[in-house]
Amino acid sequence: MNLVFAFIAGLVFGIGILIAGMANPAKVLGFLDVFGAWDPSLGLVMAGAIAVGVMAFALAKRRSTSLLGQPINLPTNRQLDRRLIGGSLLFGVGWGIAGICPAPGVVLMGAGQFEGVFFVLAMLAGMGVYEWVATTSTPLQAKPTA
Amino acid sequence: MHIAWDQFTPYSALTGGLIIGLAVALFILVNGRIAGITGIVSGLLRPKPKDTAWRVAFILGLVAAPVLYQLVATLPPIEIDANLPMIVLAGFIVGIGTRYGSGCTSGHGVCGLSRLSPRSLVATIAFMFTGVLTVYVLRHLIGLGG
Repeated sequence: MNLVFAFIAGLVFGIGILIAGMANPAKVLGFLDVFGAWDPSLGLVMAGAIAVGVMAFALAKRRSTSLLGQPINLPTNRQLDRRLIGGSLLFGVGWGIAGICPAPGVVLMGAGQFEGVFFVLAMLAGMGVYEWVATTSTPLQAKPTA
Repeated sequence: MHIAWDQFTPYSALTGGLIIGLAVALFILVNGRIAGITGIVSGLLRPKPKDTAWRVAFILGLVAAPVLYQLVATLPPIEIDANLPMIVLAGFIVGIGTRYGSGCTSGHGVCGLSRLSPRSLVATIAFMFTGVLTVYVLRHLIGLGG
């Protein structure tokens, strides 16, 4: 049951990405091109998603278990540290180069775009480098993601 | 700066956003999980017992989205301007950045902002900032693409 709903959540998420235009790198870059011909569409994607998300998380915070009886896993880290800011700044650079972020990258694979496959493999390599650094140096412990 | 009204797609953007929000709501309320793609994917690189199948199911849902979408409608346009070396470079940077910053557009930008998380607000401002900056440098200073 759990797996069926995880699949459905991924499926719905992917369909939302396609309809929103997030799986079109040219459109994403148009949103980031604030100093050129700016396409504000993706601001509305965020607004729509957050409008529903706010209600969902307000409900989730009042529950101890999910509808399937699973624990509700909410991030507990509150630190505004160098890792968070440095990592996010770096992510934005990669996002701005190709107009692809992780979820649309995976959707592009399903759409049969070979660029999506290369993007996701390179992304896994980048995450792998992080894992390798995190396991070989003690001060950089891997923390759960948001 | 000027707004590219010919590119602006408010209805599909808002609809897609609401559907993404629905997926986020389903995943937290039914499965008790955050629909953050960075966290879901990177958890596969360091597998823990009984923590793999739901991740794979969600990712398969994302991949299946365009496949099933094509059964009922034509896929929305996908235009990728970046060449393969740039795609690989972008993916690699996105992989390191999102893992180091504990999240991406979905985890911080949608779920985190919906949870009213200060960490995610800082992360989202950071990656939007460098995303805009990178497009500015590539398009308007170096003159690549768009």
